[in-house]
Amino acid sequence: MTSVPLLHLLVVAPHSSAPWSSFATLLSYRFMVNALVAGTIVAILSAIVGWYMVLRRQTFAGHTLAVVGFPGAAGAALLGLSVTPGYLFACVAAALAIGAIPRTRTGAGRATESAIIGTIQAFALACGVLFINLYHGFLDGVTALLFGSFLGITSSQVITLGVITAACLLVLGTLGRPLLFASIDGDVASARGLPVRVLNIAFLVLLGLAVAEVSEITGSLLVFALLVMPAAAAQRLTNRAATGLALSVAIAVGVTWSGLIAAYYLAYPVGFYLTSAGFFVYLAAILIERKRGRAGRRDTR
Amino acid sequence: MRSIDEVVIEFRDACVQLGGHTIWSGLSLEIKRGEFAAILGPNGVGKSTLIKVALGMTGLHFGEVRVLGAAPGRHQGEIGYLPQRRSFDPSLHIRGFDIVRLGLDGARWGLPLPMRRNRAREQRRIDDVIELVGASDYADRSIGQLSGGEQQRLLIAQALVQRPEILFLDEPLDSLDLPNQGAISSLIHHVSTVEGVTVVMVAHDVNPILAYLDRVIYIGPGGAVSGTAHEVITTENLSRLFKTPIEVLTTSDGRLVVVGQPEAPAHHSDRHEHGAATMLHAEHPHHHGDGTSH
Repeated sequence: MTSVPLLHLLVVAPHSSAPWSSFATLLSYRFMVNALVAGTIVAILSAIVGWYMVLRRQTFAGHTLAVVGFPGAAGAALLGLSVTPGYLFACVAAALAIGAIPRTRTGAGRATESAIIGTIQAFALACGVLFINLYHGFLDGVTALLFGSFLGITSSQVITLGVITAACLLVLGTLGRPLLFASIDGDVASARGLPVRVLNIAFLVLLGLAVAEVSEITGSLLVFALLVMPAAAAQRLTNRAATGLALSVAIAVGVTWSGLIAAYYLAYPVGFYLTSAGFFVYLAAILIERKRGRAGRRDTR
Repeated sequence: MRSIDEVVIEFRDACVQLGGHTIWSGLSLEIKRGEFAAILGPNGVGKSTLIKVALGMTGLHFGEVRVLGAAPGRHQGEIGYLPQRRSFDPSLHIRGFDIVRLGLDGARWGLPLPMRRNRAREQRRIDDVIELVGASDYADRSIGQLSGGEQQRLLIAQALVQRPEILFLDEPLDSLDLPNQGAISSLIHHVSTVEGVTVVMVAHDVNPILAYLDRVIYIGPGGAVSGTAHEVITTENLSRLFKTPIEVLTTSDGRLVVVGQPEAPAHHSDRHEHGAATMLHAEHPHHHGDGTSH
């Protein structure tokens, strides 16, 4: 666990002279299997948490958690630890801090909230830069932390990701419907006796864990590739809650696999492939929605 | 109208203070099972606060309140609530059906168990209640894409779906246009009789609902009065409540007219009924563009 290859970001993926010759070759590499398994685990969690995040309009909070993860991971590396606990600690701590800000519905309260979050974000980035500077000869690591190190996932990291995801899914299964209720209609949910504030904080912690997981694969700056894009595309394609969640998971897993396999054959950064795949799925979702909207209007006429 | 004389909501000498400021005090009222009650009065007198107290979301400073024979907040599953008008974000991609479903299972923890029979029964109940409010045609569309009146019908369905004993509605007619105000009022009256629900509704325009009201609770800056429309809406009562001379007249066709009612400065600059006189159609129950009778 101590020798997580931080600097493996730009590790040159093994080129096959005839890449299409054998998909089996790809699976014979341990690191590829690890990456595929880890990617799937992370995609499932981020697709579900992301679906709620998009619904709750908390993407800004999600982005902040990702940025705060960066100094967490850099600090962990500075202390000679694996980046995993660094991401986890920083993201969850930041989630709790954001949860402590009272959520108000008025414009002024919202403005204060986003100002506080923005301030935390900038300070976190600054700390990250300092830690990197203190840790000499870490320059490649910066890129890894910011833009991902998909191809350097170890087996023990896979196990950690699996355990965290299983725990989060268990919690999400328990909270699922009340969280949906509180996300859509907090007033009515609390009148029905639901602990809306506790649900808000619990969701932020889940979001922190999901962000920490995604960060290990896409880096801090590209977490939205798995956290926003699949969920936002799914919400444009269906307005049924259960279908939307399933679709979000399917898109996230598909995007992850295609990004990873593309990076195996063509050695450019995996984050680029992954994010591009997500981007085009989202674009397609918008076009499909538009087309349907026009058809729908014609029907009602 | 009322089958049993059972009191379902009772306030006794109740007082609420928020931030050291007394909202209202000395408030006593009784609402009986199956009644259609309106809480009337100008903006800012604490009409919504009264509902929040009954829901257990706001505590009393002193006095007593009992809802369904217990302290407020004890019978959450038997109470439907429609908070003051909030329209959903146009980009909220959740269909109306799922919004209504939350009223049934939104407060349940755990994964929905695949128990077929239960699920089918719930599905039927949701379909029924959507049909009751006349929203079947658009329950499959995203709630954010619907008009104010359509959203309001689905929210009423959500509040009704778990068969509540009491329905609290906070300004359900606010920000609706005039035909929709009439249609939603008539709908609320209709569902309260079909489902046997006690309705407590906050309003600051009494016109669309007066024909259906069993009980009026009028809150003014000078105190509160509870009773039937004719008991409450009198020159003496209103003058005392508003601490300014107000006359209640009866027109030749039997309608009540309130003259000189000071409207508190409204947040709703787009409202349409402002003027010196407010017409109160008390005598002849007539329907306002009923959109529900089908």
